[in-house]
Order: sequence, then C-alpha cells, then structure tokens
Amino acid sequence: MRRALFAASAALLFAAGPAAAQQKSIKIGFISTFSGPVAVIGNDMRNSFELALDHMDRKMGGLPVEVIYEDDGFKPEVGKQKTDKLIESDKVDFIVGYIWSNVLLASMKSAIDSKTFLITSNAGPHQIAGEQCSPYIFSTSWQNDQTPQAMGHYMNQKGVKTAFLIGPNYAAGKDMLGGVASTFKGRIVGQELTKWPDQLDFSAELAKAKAEKPDAIFVFYPGKAGVQFLSQYAQSGLKGQIPLYTAFTIDELSLPLQKDLALGVPGAQEWVNDLPNDANKKFVADYIKKYPGLRPSFYGAQTYDAANLVASAVAATKGNLSDKVAVQKALEKADFKSVRGKFKFNTNHIPIQNFYLQEPVKDQDGNFVLKTVATIVEDNQDRFANECNMK
Amino acid sequence: MTLFIEQCLNGLQFGLLLFLLAAGLTLVFGIMDLVNLAHGSLYMLGAYFAATFAAWTGSFVLGAGLALAATLLVGMAVEVIAMRRLYGRDHLDHVLATFGLILFFNELVRLIWGAGGMSLPLPSWLNTPVRILPGVDYSAYKLSIIIVSLTVAAFLYVLVMRTRLGMLIRAGASNREMIGALGVNIKLLFTLVFGLGAALAGLAGLMQAPILTVQIGMGENILILAFVITVIGGIGSIRGAFVAAIMVGFIDTLGRAYFTDLLRLAFTKETAATAAPALSSMLIYLLMAIILVVRPEGLFPASSK
Repeated sequence: MRRALFAASAALLFAAGPAAAQQKSIKIGFISTFSGPVAVIGNDMRNSFELALDHMDRKMGGLPVEVIYEDDGFKPEVGKQKTDKLIESDKVDFIVGYIWSNVLLASMKSAIDSKTFLITSNAGPHQIAGEQCSPYIFSTSWQNDQTPQAMGHYMNQKGVKTAFLIGPNYAAGKDMLGGVASTFKGRIVGQELTKWPDQLDFSAELAKAKAEKPDAIFVFYPGKAGVQFLSQYAQSGLKGQIPLYTAFTIDELSLPLQKDLALGVPGAQEWVNDLPNDANKKFVADYIKKYPGLRPSFYGAQTYDAANLVASAVAATKGNLSDKVAVQKALEKADFKSVRGKFKFNTNHIPIQNFYLQEPVKDQDGNFVLKTVATIVEDNQDRFANECNMK
Repeated sequence: MTLFIEQCLNGLQFGLLLFLLAAGLTLVFGIMDLVNLAHGSLYMLGAYFAATFAAWTGSFVLGAGLALAATLLVGMAVEVIAMRRLYGRDHLDHVLATFGLILFFNELVRLIWGAGGMSLPLPSWLNTPVRILPGVDYSAYKLSIIIVSLTVAAFLYVLVMRTRLGMLIRAGASNREMIGALGVNIKLLFTLVFGLGAALAGLAGLMQAPILTVQIGMGENILILAFVITVIGGIGSIRGAFVAAIMVGFIDTLGRAYFTDLLRLAFTKETAATAAPALSSMLIYLLMAIILVVRPEGLFPASSK
C-alpha cells in the first residue's frame, strides 16, 4: 500500500513536470494488427518502424523516442478504443500505423478532436483525402483509389475490353473497385463484393465471373485473403483462361504462401523492394539483416517512411511540439529521404507519387520475390484532392 | 444453367464440409453432453498436421492420412487429460474450459509453427478442373471433397446404425447411466467418440486447407456455422446434422450467388451490391431462428433423454 502511494505520488510529480518544461521525449502511439491471421502485416510494420528508429539511434531531434504499440485486433471498435487510450491516457505526440480503412475511419475523429497528429502508414479511405481531410491527418501510403487506378491504366494498355471486379465489402474494397472503374476504359461486366473479413470461400463469385467470360478479372484481397483467392482461382480452372489483375493481393508477406500461383499475376504498387535509390537499398538490406528469414513489404516501407516523416518534423520544430501549426508546416514539407525516391505531399496530405507495375518472379535461390517491371503512372494525384477544404 | 449447376455443386461441397465438422460436434454433445468450443481447434490442428506431414512426405494423400491419425490421437489425449474432468459439471464450466483450450491451442500452434500460417499445395492432378457434364468444368479438388465427405457420411451411418459400437453410442446418447450400469466401459467409449469427433474435425480442416490457408484461429468462424447446424439439425442427431449442413451450404452459396440480382429488382445497383453480402450472410441465422420457433428441438431431435 505504501509502495503504491509512493509510486502514485512519484507519477504525479512526473506528470506535472514536463507540462511546463521543454519536451523530454517523443511519445509515439502505434496502432496496427498484431494478433490473428493478419498479424504478419502488423509485425512487418512494427519491424520497419523499429528499424527506422535504429537508423536514427532511437532519437528524434535529439530527444529519446518512446513507442507504445497497440493491437487493433482487426476490429474498428477496438482500434478506436486503443486510439482513445493512446491520446487520453498516454498523451502521445503522434499516432502512426493503421492497416485497415475501416479502423482508421472509426479512429480518426479522436485524433482530430484532440489535435494529435495521425500518420496513416497504410489505410487510405477516400474520406481522409476529400471532404474529411484534416490538418492533423497525414498519409505515407496512398489514397485507396490510386493503386487500382494505376491498374486500370495498365489494363487499358494491355487492351482489356471487358473486366469483372471482385473485392471485399468494406471501405477500402469499395474504394478499390471504384478506383479501377474510374480509369478502366473497357466495359465492367460484373462486380462482386464479398463479406469481410470472414468470407474466405470465393467459389460462388468465381463461378459468376467465369460465366461472364470477361477478358480480365480484377481483385483486391489484402493479407491472407489474397492467398485464398489465388488458390481458389487456380482450382476453379480460371488460371490460364482469364488473366488476373490485382491491387494489394500479392506482396512479400503473402508471396511465400502463394508461391507458383502468383507467378505471372501483375500488381500495381507505389513501392517495390528493388527501387533503385540509396534509402531503399539501405532499408531493404538492413531489414533482411535485422530480421533473418523475412522480407520487407510495402506496408513496412510506408511505415519506415512514416517514422522518418515524424523525425523530420520533430527536428524542424526542435522538439517544440506544442506549436501545432509549426508541426503541421514541418510535416507538410516532407523533408526526409523516402524509400520510394521522391516524396511530396498534395494539399490534402496524401503523397503525389509514381505507381509501378510489379510482378512476382523466382530469383536464382528459388525464392519468390517481387520486381519492378515498368512505371505505370508518374506523379499521380488522388482524385479527391479538390474536394478537400482544409481548415 | 451451367452456372447454376456449378453453384449447386459449390453449395453441396460447402455443406458436406460443414457436415464433417458438425457431425463431430453433435456426436460429442449428444453422447457426452459436453459443449466443446475447442472443436474448431482440432479442425485447425488437422490442417496444420496435414501441411506439415505433406511437406515431410512429399505426398498430399499420405500427409492427409497421417494428419488424420494425428488428430485422432490428439483428440483422445485431450479427452483423457482435460475433458474427463468436466463430465457431470455445468455447461457453463464446459464453455469456460474449452474456451481456455482454444487459447491454449492457438498459442501452441504459434509456438510450434509460428504466426505466419502455412500453405498446403495440391498435387497437380487435383489442382485442375475436370469436365463433369458437357460444357461444365468443375474443380477436381472440390469434387474430391464431395466424394470423400459422402463416403465418410455413409461410413458414419453404417457405424452408428449397423455396428455394435454404434449401438452403444446410440444407447449412450439416450441414457448414459443405464449403459454404464449394464457393464459397458463408458470411459473408453467416450474417449473413442471424442477421438472420432476430433478426426472428423481434422478431416474437415485438412480438406479445407488447400482452399483456404492454414492459419491460427481458422476454426473459430466456421465453428459458429457448425453450432448453427447442430441446432438446426437437432442436438445429437447425425442425420439432422447432415440435412442441416446441406441446407446451410446451399443457402450460403446460392444466397451469395443470386441475392444481389434479386435485390437489384427492388433497389439501385449500388445499394444491392453493398447490402446483398451482408443480408445473404444473415439468411442462415434467419433459418435457425425460424427452425427454433417451429421446432425448438431441431429438425431431427435425438431420442429424449
């Protein structure tokens, strides 16, 4: 009891201290999925964030960094609770992470209301790019529509005339299918949304796609669902009959499970592990060194960028994070070396960036890796930026 | 028409797979009066064993056979070590203990196989479509699931209705104390039944593994459906489980296939596309609610206790 009292008063004193004094450390809250079947994504993001901290000697602007990792359990309501906890009881300076658009949409209001800067390192629902854009929300990934839009361009190049779209029924799934439809010039002969995340059997949807006899099928299935989709696509006999075009369905995390099934299936991405810039070479090489047996994915690359973005803002404001406008201006400059080469924010805090065509190949050691085939679009801006009226 | 045939086969395949899972559940519940939430963990173990053994032996069929035996053994071990202590206790205790087992098995799998999941690749002769009718191609693997499941269903029928062991199982379902009093080794019977249930779950898991992936917690969502089937079919009734599983399989698959088009007649395209997946996944529960109102004991209630 006495010890508890002592600890409590010490904590009180400690809490009272920094309020007046200069910031003593940088506190970052990190939300991702660390449990369940998609934990591999969260782990990749955490690994990359830790690697970024290692690269900066775990200091930002000379101040030590403290990171609090929280698991959203793949559920919007849990993500929101954890966000509130990070803001209200941990009083973090920044929140980073968010894989899932629906989790981010549920959580972002807390960040905006409390004027806590939130850097989404994956989720990119159209709301944050358009009407609900905020000075406190930044993205080191993309707006959901951008990647499938690039795929739509590529499908035009390949002369695809009719397409069938399949994706999960949640915020990102609808954005993705909308994105590909906005640039694809051919006819969309059918569209299927499946229950997310628990529908894992796509036989009914694949049978419908087969019956429509389209030139191509476009799918968006992130995480494990992508593995399931590809194996069912092969089993249904569609492989070799109707070509598949993807966004976020094949990545370094799913490839070890998809193996041969992924070969020859193109995807669009803003980052590929072989992009020829120094920051990226260092990131990929050190990641493989630090985490033997693992390879970084785009989720990790975006999170590595997010850590460097935060560090650049802390350095620019000399650790004075109470001046929110100054922090916002510093973040907007994006003064850091991105692993995807050049990096610039649009007015709505979404990056303006290139999108590449990537393809899975087998390297000389028999490992499955992704490689850049071509640049599909350059300096691409999302299509919601003009709806953003940032106050 | 070919599309409809294909969707029906999909429904049948899914239903039969659910039957394997529900049969084990209903056997254990009906005969041992034990609510086993960890049934899904045995399903998961079946898949993990199959992926591991198939990689070791290099043969899918051999791996599946070994996995089946391994799940049977694990099931019997679980019965001897954990379940035995739960008989005669409140159902709430069963739920609590078997929920603990779910956590235990998930963590165990994480320790042994890691969090990343595994894949169980199919041999090429199963990974292609076959022509079943003129103009209708169907996945050879799904077809083989249908055949294996029907064989197992027939085997179960013969086992339960035509053998001495089956007679004891049925007797155990209607009056446990009495068959104990008649000198039947009820302990051994229970271990066997639980092992059989585990093997059925393992079979469902390993057959589903190439279609879905092998991952931690893979048995939890599908277990909900298995419980629904047990309730619809009548607790303890294998025949009920069979009929209910086929019904649920068809409703789920055909609902997903045709509900969007149906809704499109009444709503805009956008609304229909968004609402249909949500509504069609509700159909199964709707069916359960109706059955519960009309026949609270299920379609084929096991003889009263």
